[in-house]
Amino acid sequence: MSELSVNHLLGIKYLNKEDIQLIFETADHFKEVINRPIKKVPSLRDITIANLFFENSTRTKLSFELAEKRLSADIINFSASQSSVKKGETLIDTVNNILSMKVDMVVMRHPNPGAGIFLSKHVKASIINAGDGAHEHPTQALLDSYSIRERLGSVKGKKVAIVGDILHSRVALSNIFALQLQGAHVMVCGPKTLLPKHIGSLGVKVETNLRKALEWCDVANMLRVQNERMDVSYFPSTREYTQQYGVSKALLDSLKKEIVIMHPGPINRGVEITSDVADSDQAIILDQVQNGVAIRMAVIYLLASKIKQ
Amino acid sequence: MSQKVLLNSKEVNIILHRLACQLIENHNDFSNAALIGIQPRGIYLAKRLARILTEEYKIKNLELGFLDITFYRDDFRRGDKPLQANTTKIDFLVENKKVVFIDDVLYTGRSIRAALTAIQSFGRPSEIELLTLIDRRFSRHLPIQPNYRGRQVDAINHEKVIVEWEEQGKKDSVYLKNS
Repeated sequence: MSELSVNHLLGIKYLNKEDIQLIFETADHFKEVINRPIKKVPSLRDITIANLFFENSTRTKLSFELAEKRLSADIINFSASQSSVKKGETLIDTVNNILSMKVDMVVMRHPNPGAGIFLSKHVKASIINAGDGAHEHPTQALLDSYSIRERLGSVKGKKVAIVGDILHSRVALSNIFALQLQGAHVMVCGPKTLLPKHIGSLGVKVETNLRKALEWCDVANMLRVQNERMDVSYFPSTREYTQQYGVSKALLDSLKKEIVIMHPGPINRGVEITSDVADSDQAIILDQVQNGVAIRMAVIYLLASKIKQ
Repeated sequence: MSQKVLLNSKEVNIILHRLACQLIENHNDFSNAALIGIQPRGIYLAKRLARILTEEYKIKNLELGFLDITFYRDDFRRGDKPLQANTTKIDFLVENKKVVFIDDVLYTGRSIRAALTAIQSFGRPSEIELLTLIDRRFSRHLPIQPNYRGRQVDAINHEKVIVEWEEQGKKDSVYLKNS
């Protein structure tokens, strides 16, 4: 297979196993490209991409922008804080105005779940979801799986624990879908207040004891506590959260095996993981960031190849 | 559908030896030269030539790389079939080297145009030459000609030149397919 089954990347839920395989194989080639002396290919020189960020982002935005530039696409950037959205313009109007400037593809981050899906039904452009509320963050899940594949050889059969704030996390949901599609076993671990009520119905193991989760898993994906999405208190104090759900070097050393530590960033050092863990060889956090560019290049390239002239 | 054999395995073998000798004539011991097979089909020819050069003509430290041109092609989004990439493997410096591109069939010249752009990502070679087993005359879209050619072939547009190799589990042969 050499073509994606979808025209937009709205979530992992809409992909199949072969799509993920194709994205990974294409990313392998782009990873080689970004390690060359000249890290750029001219494939997308006739494509224009709009990066619409209705919510703050550093890593994802930079990563997408770099991926687009490495593919030679023309890009325009938009962030909601400096735009007419504040003046009351609707999402469809904003996007259609941008598209009338002949834009072929839209990368969008939006605080509302389903914003990308809504947009894909109303505008003529390829949409890539760069995070929609607490719903999905597909490119993050792809790069997480890609990093596991790189470190451990394959994703199939591996045990992955997603630890922390599952309730507010789009990374968790996308990761669960992506890992299950590739045949991995998934566990979520966190305080009961931060686990969605029916999360077990997705076919994942649920654990509230961090040590048990770490003893079970091959890979622990440590999520950030999303204070900005919390309208009420979900745990008594940060200090108590760290004591129960923070990973330290001492805890890792006390396990019988060496597990891989991942984090989608930004890290709250000393909260979900300590600095010595974040900077250790067990952590592949910076590999994840590097792989993010290759994965996003692959996704953009594959979707762009479906835009007919 | 008809098929006409252009070269059998014996003829392919003779031509490969001639090409190897012509390469030696120009590059001596290859100390400042590198062979680069163009993916996907040029790599069989490149590997075979490299084998002849190292085993039969005792060339030492021959540098052989493979270059994928998918991301440099000018027909992205223009064809019916999506383009699929292959592996690029160039683990030496091409800066100031004499590079020889190797491909099985030279047809429109567009692949070689893409390869000329692609190689720039790895540095600035002092010279680039082109070796092809089959040169399809009168079908070029671009002003590109081979420095070394195995056999020149006149074929019309709906005819296809097919090159098969032992490495693919077939007999070495070149034939013309009329579809």
